[in-house]
Amino acid sequence: MMETGFDVVLALMLLGVGGWSIIARNMMTAVIIFIAYGLLLSLAWVRLHAVDVSLTEAAIGSGATGLLMVIAAHKVAGDSQRVVRLSRGFHVLAAVFATLVAIGIASLAFVLPGAPVSLAAPVLERLPESGLGNPVAGVLFVYRSFDTLLEKVVLLLALIGVWALARDQDWGGVPGLRLFQHPHSVLMLLARTLPPIGFVFAIYMTWAGADVPGGAFQGGTVLAAMWILVMVAGVRRVPRVSSPLLRLAIVAGPLVFLAIGFLGFVAPGVFLAYPDGLAKPLIVVMEVALTLSIAVILGLLIAGPPRAKDSA
Amino acid sequence: MSAVLLFWLAGSGLIGLAVYGLIVNPHPLCKLLALNLLGSGVFLLFGVIARRGAAAGLGGDPVPQALVITGIVVAFSATAIAVALLLALHAEAGEASLDQEDEEP
Repeated sequence: MMETGFDVVLALMLLGVGGWSIIARNMMTAVIIFIAYGLLLSLAWVRLHAVDVSLTEAAIGSGATGLLMVIAAHKVAGDSQRVVRLSRGFHVLAAVFATLVAIGIASLAFVLPGAPVSLAAPVLERLPESGLGNPVAGVLFVYRSFDTLLEKVVLLLALIGVWALARDQDWGGVPGLRLFQHPHSVLMLLARTLPPIGFVFAIYMTWAGADVPGGAFQGGTVLAAMWILVMVAGVRRVPRVSSPLLRLAIVAGPLVFLAIGFLGFVAPGVFLAYPDGLAKPLIVVMEVALTLSIAVILGLLIAGPPRAKDSA
Repeated sequence: MSAVLLFWLAGSGLIGLAVYGLIVNPHPLCKLLALNLLGSGVFLLFGVIARRGAAAGLGGDPVPQALVITGIVVAFSATAIAVALLLALHAEAGEASLDQEDEEP
């Protein structure tokens, strides 16, 4: 009873806060409400017994996406005061259409097949052979590792896409992240005290991800958050995008993943398969390289395309 | 089972809200926000499907859960590109609204 009450309140809050972020007049307000919405959503994921997804939603869906949009909302703040001049009839039409879409999808709940389809049992059946205890990590790194490989490549392509938007004369320069270098600010204090804690936490999350919820992505995001904090406060410089060390860190994860994938041709004979008994150590090596690459790529995606060469 | 139905309804409601926002908000950043809301609603439906597949002592089917994790990451990558394009448009044109009524010659 208590739990149902909690779920009802959570579902109503999701709809209320989600709707608020849509109708909010000021863009910065809308973005900050969206971040709050993401945190509520990660609670819903816990209620759906998907703690791995909950961590990812809190870190990426709410945190990293929110940060990107806060930066964008700040830069386009001048546009936000504009009055939306759409006719009332158009608004009503859009509302009717959106309601129909929502009702249509909601009604699907009643035509779902009676006996749920589940791959939980087949996943658990052979999971011990991989040495992993977390079934979601098992799916990500064993059953569907091709998806995971492509996901990292998508991140890499996104970074190339963002960098491609740099003007020619800025190429090879420093990403245009806005810095707040005040020697006695709270930000400076946090940038000096928080990273060691965040660092240990990120390593723990990556390591523990093999057996309990967590993993390379969640750990990498925590690392990225620490790096951005350090860069924004000006404790460490934002590196040039032409730095060879930076580029090595960016491709380390996908390269190690691919190398281990090709190793599969040698030992079991199939791409992305692991040799007997070596699955766990190879997955850990992959996760370490991926954590580093994810942290660097996320940080650079948020920092944006390179700007003038002499800034920072 | 009621939690499953409840979050399904919440997910479809969120999709509806996002579709409305996607249509009526003329600013690209608002559209991007609505698109992310739309995505999260779809992911929530996926989560409900995963929860329905609870079996073998697990609270949910791990396969759709892993797919949602991949989905969240890909949605973030798309958002990062969209934000970069939006800011490039803003730097080029001085503003980034798609509201055509105010277009100056």
